[in-house]
Amino acid sequence: MKKSKNNLLHKLILQTIGHEKRQPYMIPVFTIILSLIFGIIVIALLGSNPLGAYYNLLQGSGLAPKASYAGHKGMITDFTSFLNALTPMLFAALAVLIALRAGLFNIGVSGQMLAAGFTATILIGYSDLSAVIAKPLTVIIGFVIGALAGALVGYLKHRFNINEVVSTIMFNYIFQNVISFLINTFYVDPVSRQSKNVGAAGRLTLVDVVIGDYKMDIPLGILLAAVGIAVTAFILGKTTLGFEIKAVGSSVRAAEYAGIQVGRTRVLAMMLSGGFAGLAGVTYYMGYFASIQPKVLVSTGYDAIAVALLGNSSPVGIVFSSFLITVISKGSTYMSSTSGVQAEIASAITGIILLFSACGAFVKYKVNRWKEDTK
Amino acid sequence: MNTIIIDGLSFALPLFIMAIGGIYCERSGITNLAIEGLQGFGAFCGALFAVSIAQYFAGNSPVPFYLAMLFAFLGGMLFSLLHAMLCIKFKANQVISGVVINILAMALTEFMTKQINASIFGAASNKFVLGVSARITVPVLSRIPVLGAVFTNLYPFEIVIALIAVAAWYILYKTRFGLHLRACGDNPHAVDAAGIEVSKVRLIAVMASGALSGLGGICFAYSISANFSSNIYSGYGYLAIAALIFGNWKILPTLGACMLFGFARSGGYELVKVLEMPSSYQDLVMVLPYVLTLLMLVFFSKKNHAPKALGEIYDKGAR
Repeated sequence: MKKSKNNLLHKLILQTIGHEKRQPYMIPVFTIILSLIFGIIVIALLGSNPLGAYYNLLQGSGLAPKASYAGHKGMITDFTSFLNALTPMLFAALAVLIALRAGLFNIGVSGQMLAAGFTATILIGYSDLSAVIAKPLTVIIGFVIGALAGALVGYLKHRFNINEVVSTIMFNYIFQNVISFLINTFYVDPVSRQSKNVGAAGRLTLVDVVIGDYKMDIPLGILLAAVGIAVTAFILGKTTLGFEIKAVGSSVRAAEYAGIQVGRTRVLAMMLSGGFAGLAGVTYYMGYFASIQPKVLVSTGYDAIAVALLGNSSPVGIVFSSFLITVISKGSTYMSSTSGVQAEIASAITGIILLFSACGAFVKYKVNRWKEDTK
Repeated sequence: MNTIIIDGLSFALPLFIMAIGGIYCERSGITNLAIEGLQGFGAFCGALFAVSIAQYFAGNSPVPFYLAMLFAFLGGMLFSLLHAMLCIKFKANQVISGVVINILAMALTEFMTKQINASIFGAASNKFVLGVSARITVPVLSRIPVLGAVFTNLYPFEIVIALIAVAAWYILYKTRFGLHLRACGDNPHAVDAAGIEVSKVRLIAVMASGALSGLGGICFAYSISANFSSNIYSGYGYLAIAALIFGNWKILPTLGACMLFGFARSGGYELVKVLEMPSSYQDLVMVLPYVLTLLMLVFFSKKNHAPKALGEIYDKGAR
């Protein structure tokens, strides 16, 4: 009896994720389903209605209608606010992805975001330039500062053989503490205990735009993110640099043998990665928000690791995965207020997704073994 | 001067015990970036246990503290099984696995702390309040000039850590098992050929690392923060990793690195106090250990020799 049941399960799994061509997207989907089932069990054990809670996530992200709305608010306002949160996530995921392709692990995205966001805030956010000049400058400064921070990590790896994981973590703490010191000493708003709000001119989100009966925040950065994804896909797929990055990522020795300058490629990849992290920083601190909270590193940089792994480190894949992860994190506040589940469960589910996707290679290996056995 | 030594030691020793765990793990050939998550999860288990039994003991009783240490030890070990499973059984990328464990530990403990506080203790709080452990002064030794400070105002855990550290040193360098463990990190195939199961040795090493990390975590919870909250994730684990890399994966040099971090930190705080600078300057002082780490890595990374098979998935069939 047990054996026949097992066979059925085998067949089902082989049918769904056995096909090698479909594996790149079927395995992540499989991972997500497993994680969501895990979430359902936990929420049910806590005595809440899991499906209701998941529906709340969609409602909170403006993907499903809520029961009631405040004045000048509607599904569309929630949705634009969702896009506003999605923008930095997309950039952060691109940052993790491009480093990952070069075989590097950039866990300093949050720190690079902070450095870029802070520099843009004090240079542009507190200036009185007109919007036409200020907005492009914000973007440029964000990219340049992030790229410099990233390139430094790449250089330390290349020149001094310092593991990028250790150095990015050290930089995270250094940026966090130094910037917290600078904010508390020079730029603090005595009421909110955060940095003073940036002016509207340099901000990458248009706040409280009235369209019809609704007041909404429109993130300009989302267009930039779309361009970023296209550019990344182009660089990785069609250019020499992209080829070199992927070669170094697959095998350093083979790349060296083929005459690729490994150090240069690594520095360039980290530079691009940092640049995207910088863009994530300005769209976060000068778009989604308008101020910086001292002593806090945002979780976006870490969530982006989950997004990039889940999206199979492909530029198209991360569009879907960042959509999912942002729904979970953005909707969690509404879920917690409506169905009483602690909002922190959102990050726990993200963690579980990450855990399962780390096993992706093993699942693939096992399934392919089964397939050969059944042949 | 005395404060610098006393505070420096109480920071350096928990760091040291985590780093020893890391050395065990990495010398066996498994990259361990999960120390941060393991120490947090261990501290969570210890703190949870201490908080739930606190009502049975008098307010100043040291018993909950010792039990908390035990449970942190066990909790860290339990959570490290996840790292072992991913790295040894599922053959996942060890760096990714470590980062995953850290993120998961942070998310899970934060969620569970809030949930348990709300549903069991009936309080909307995101931390377990522990208080600071009592301190002891060794009678005669503390009178020695300058060095006496080492024996003044000790946290009891510092003694426990010192004992465990000596035992860990002995096991790693003077026993057969220690030899096997170190061989697993340099040439696992040779170990296999000698009839010893590589995956078993590595499993024990990862578990030891988890247990010692958990122990270090609860010590920080009982000294620096006096509670368990997400504040525990402020980079102690990563500092331990930096210390062990700087210590060239050897126990004694790693102790030196931990001491340097500890004294840089306590010395910096003392400086802020003596010069009567505003408290926001403490943020700048906090940077010291990290900047030191980077600088030291710049000078020493080239000379360092990581275990040869570190981070490589052991495959019996590979040649």
